[in-house]
Amino acid sequence: MSDSPVAVEQHGPELLHHFADAEQQRNAASLGMWIFLGTEIMFFGGMFCAYLIYRLAYYNEFAVASRTLSLPIGTINTAVLICSSLTVALSVRAAQLGKQKQIVVLLVLTLLFGLAFLGIKGYEWREKFVEHHVPGSSFSFDEPMPGHPEAKIDPRHAQIFFSLYFAMTGMHALHMIIGVGIFGVLIFMAWRGRFTPEYHTPVEIGGLYWHFVDIVWIYLFPLLYLIDRHK
Amino acid sequence: MFDNLPLWPARASTTAGSVDALYIFLVALSLFVSVAIFTMICIFALRYRRRKGREAEQIEGSTILELTWSAIPLAIFLFIFAWGAVVYFKERTPPRGATQIYVVAKQWMWKLQHEEGQREINELHVPVGRDVEMIMTSQDVIHSFYVPAFRIKQDVLPGRYTTLWFHATRSGTYHLFCAEYCGTQHSGMIGQVVVLEPAQYEAWLSGGLASGSLASNGQNIFQQLGCVTCHRSDTQGRGPNLVGLFGKRVQLEDGRTVIADENYVRESILNPSAKIVSGFKPIMPVFQGLVSEEQLNALIAYIKSLNQPPAGAAATPSLVSPSTKPQEPKE
Amino acid sequence: MATAAFGHEREHYLNKEYGIRSWLLTTDHKRIALLYLVSITFFFFIGGFLALLIRLELLTPAGDLVQADTYNKLFTMHGQIMVFFFLIPSIPAVLGNFLVPLMIGAKDLAFPRINLLSWYLYILGGILMLHVLLTGGVDTGWTFYTPFSTAFSNTKVIEAGVAIFINGFSSILTGLNFVVTIHRMRAPGMTFSRLPLFIWAHYATSIIQLLGTPVLAITLLLVVFERAFNLGIFDPNRGGDPLLFQHLFWFYSHPAVYIMILPAMAVESEVVACFARKRIFGYNFVAMSSIAIAVFGFLVWAHHMFVAGISLYSALIFSILSYLVAVPSAIKVFNWTATMYKGSVSFTTPMLYAFGFIGLFTMGGLTGLFLAALGLDVHVTDTYFVIAHFHYIMVGGAVMGYLGGLHFWWPKISGRMYPEAWGRLAALLVFIGFNLTFFPQFILGYLGMPRRYWQYPPEFQVLNVLSTAGSTILAVGYLLPMVYFLWSMRYGKIADANPWGAAGLEWMTSSPPPTFNFDETPEVTWEAYNYEHIPAAAEVPVER
Repeated sequence: MSDSPVAVEQHGPELLHHFADAEQQRNAASLGMWIFLGTEIMFFGGMFCAYLIYRLAYYNEFAVASRTLSLPIGTINTAVLICSSLTVALSVRAAQLGKQKQIVVLLVLTLLFGLAFLGIKGYEWREKFVEHHVPGSSFSFDEPMPGHPEAKIDPRHAQIFFSLYFAMTGMHALHMIIGVGIFGVLIFMAWRGRFTPEYHTPVEIGGLYWHFVDIVWIYLFPLLYLIDRHK
Repeated sequence: MFDNLPLWPARASTTAGSVDALYIFLVALSLFVSVAIFTMICIFALRYRRRKGREAEQIEGSTILELTWSAIPLAIFLFIFAWGAVVYFKERTPPRGATQIYVVAKQWMWKLQHEEGQREINELHVPVGRDVEMIMTSQDVIHSFYVPAFRIKQDVLPGRYTTLWFHATRSGTYHLFCAEYCGTQHSGMIGQVVVLEPAQYEAWLSGGLASGSLASNGQNIFQQLGCVTCHRSDTQGRGPNLVGLFGKRVQLEDGRTVIADENYVRESILNPSAKIVSGFKPIMPVFQGLVSEEQLNALIAYIKSLNQPPAGAAATPSLVSPSTKPQEPKE
Repeated sequence: MATAAFGHEREHYLNKEYGIRSWLLTTDHKRIALLYLVSITFFFFIGGFLALLIRLELLTPAGDLVQADTYNKLFTMHGQIMVFFFLIPSIPAVLGNFLVPLMIGAKDLAFPRINLLSWYLYILGGILMLHVLLTGGVDTGWTFYTPFSTAFSNTKVIEAGVAIFINGFSSILTGLNFVVTIHRMRAPGMTFSRLPLFIWAHYATSIIQLLGTPVLAITLLLVVFERAFNLGIFDPNRGGDPLLFQHLFWFYSHPAVYIMILPAMAVESEVVACFARKRIFGYNFVAMSSIAIAVFGFLVWAHHMFVAGISLYSALIFSILSYLVAVPSAIKVFNWTATMYKGSVSFTTPMLYAFGFIGLFTMGGLTGLFLAALGLDVHVTDTYFVIAHFHYIMVGGAVMGYLGGLHFWWPKISGRMYPEAWGRLAALLVFIGFNLTFFPQFILGYLGMPRRYWQYPPEFQVLNVLSTAGSTILAVGYLLPMVYFLWSMRYGKIADANPWGAAGLEWMTSSPPPTFNFDETPEVTWEAYNYEHIPAAAEVPVER
């Protein structure tokens, strides 16, 4: 496995010099992305932990605050993301099969879905801003307690819900933006014909990242939007 | 013993002896282990120092040895854990009937209120030989009440009560420190605990301004703030009857049951809608910002005093149904 | 494998290219290690200078050197800089970066460009932290407890939080690189059971970095948001819970101390094996104990909170778990000691540091038993007892491990020997100075002196003066290597490939190594620490 001249001729420019062969490089990239996603789970995990604790402590307030979120928008966004995961998976398959045009089309679709998600989220946040549900000096929350129309929810506890809401969806959106950037680069690379059935690691690990961001949303959506809808 | 050797503070409470005993054991153990290892290393390093013609002997290991020197330390550690846990359990379980003193910490002073009404700043007078329980809260950031001579410490938090207790055994004056960093004058937030012989303590008590006991202050506040209009003691008012409430279990409307302790009472005053008693409507006004911590302490002392009906016998906790109204259907 | 003089004939990683661009844009793990070496040394001396000011103030009971607010900033920034900008990176980013590929027979780490990015993130965080230091400082204590940090402090909390946040990603990426490298890039024949214990310990360290640091990141971010937007997540006045902050903070910050000590244990294993000339006693147990420390280390965080207001039963659980995590460390100490039995022991500078490490780490670890004992912790927590405990481990342990490692691998890194007599002198000064500085603090703590105190009652003065005296000796001990390492780069004796006669792949390539580490990829057919086949080297002085 030394750097003999024969070995050098047999691979393309994608093989970095410090790897023994393409398989090692591929395995390293894949393991690296999985581990990175593990760190992301811990990162989001801190916020999920805080959310869980407050949800138990301020059950009513969180339920009322959650109901002020727009269920239709949340659902549409969920559908958008699930579709984008489909196009990502299909793009990896296209790369494995060497279908150059398909790769580009599917990556572009994924990107568009991602942008759609961000746009819809931006619209949703603007609504929240108008309603004064954005935490900070202009926050105001004036909702009655469930079952007791004459009493009000403690706005401080509702503000904690919204602080966590914006922190969690904000972090998620930031990761989406980064994902959009990554896919922009992937589209460029695909358009230049850089991916072959032997080498399409960037698509695979980009896809892994995108799937992860999607899964975070799959957890966020019910925890933030659906907690009190059964009543 | 060894009071003039400055290795530990004076022992002035019942806990101090237990804590010191554990400490001395651990010092002895540490000394023994350190000397043993140090000696082994010296012996090995000298006896097996590099010399011409003598090679090192490659030894893989010894599972028996590994298990032995894992099991023995583990056993010792568990022993220490148990000892420490026993001491801790005693430290964190205030005895019944302790004299209660309310503490409000703020940047950068200690405000103390005796049940009898005395107020002190940065100084605490207590008698020898009595159980004393401190009920503490902070007005701003986290502080920590620390009396080295008693070997006790407890963080004092904003927004809730924490407690610590002690039983002083020697008269004298001892340091009181704030032990949780709290800003600029953290190291200036110090004072003293003055332990007096019982007779001197009584003298000190009666020597102060007669401002009434903490509970009677609380009663005044109870009336001034209008609490009495809903929380009547003669008939059933719009709010639960508070007589005999403190320390009992309370059923809330969402099905939970909580104990009516200091934290519960405090929260009920500052944020009534957090825990609504079963059978009552959430119409109590919010007093956040309208009462100071000291006033809260007085109110709590007053509510505690309502547990003493003239007959005087302490009741055991029981499930209290505070109203005769039918239960509202659960949602 | 005799090397020619520096810069002549043979090409290696230092002379392959010159110029600032070749350093700032390098992807060679060895050069990146040196970039880190320079930067962390810089921050070490800044943090050390802050410590000196603290000790000077504490010479007298009154606060008479600096103002209270300034003192609070001194201890805060001393802690932040030392923990995040010196200790956490130190061994992994300098020695780990340099040695991990060499020790497993690889040409570089798995992700060289990410490695460079790690360093730039460290620098960015460092610049922000310097900016904080120079424009007003931060005074929350390195622990950032709320609500003081979010609602009461008037200092640069947000900027400091962001600096540490960015620095955290440097740590995460280093860990990621190590784990992937160790899994995927070992040379043929380098099975897991043939790995040097240095690698096992760095693997365990990396796991902690990967799983723990992100939690700190999000916690600091929430503190920054709370402060910036007046939220109430951790502030009781606004409905939040200050204990939630403490749990989230310590969930990282306790495992962080294992990030700081495991790499020093890594160095210890290599140095002791070499200077006893034998395989570490109980290799399997030492390797597994590193993993055990990493796992158990995540389960004990609330032992920092025994008096914080947690429930009695929580406290019991965390206390017993804390005793469990002590067992693997004890195992290591016994194994290192047993390694010297029937060995061939020499007293070079790295070995002197190794002796010091065993002694001081043992003392620090034993005092951990005091702190884990609930009933006793109530008295000593938040006092100088804790300060002494963690400095014994982090300075007596981790820093001595770092210095020992630097000396041990200096010939490999620079191609030069450092002057041995000066090395031993510095080691001795560090040991003496350290003990004089920190042992009195155990007594101070038990006597009741709280930590973070700018002024103190007069009866504590004598012990404080002893401590300050020790710190001046310690400072000299730290300055000496700075001087003679630099001296050695020009005037030091040229080192050959294996001046110590040590086992390990890194010693089978030249000093300094070529850019791609090995002229030919090694094929490993022997166990680690195969000292029976390695001749002792003349470089190891028996007597000088």
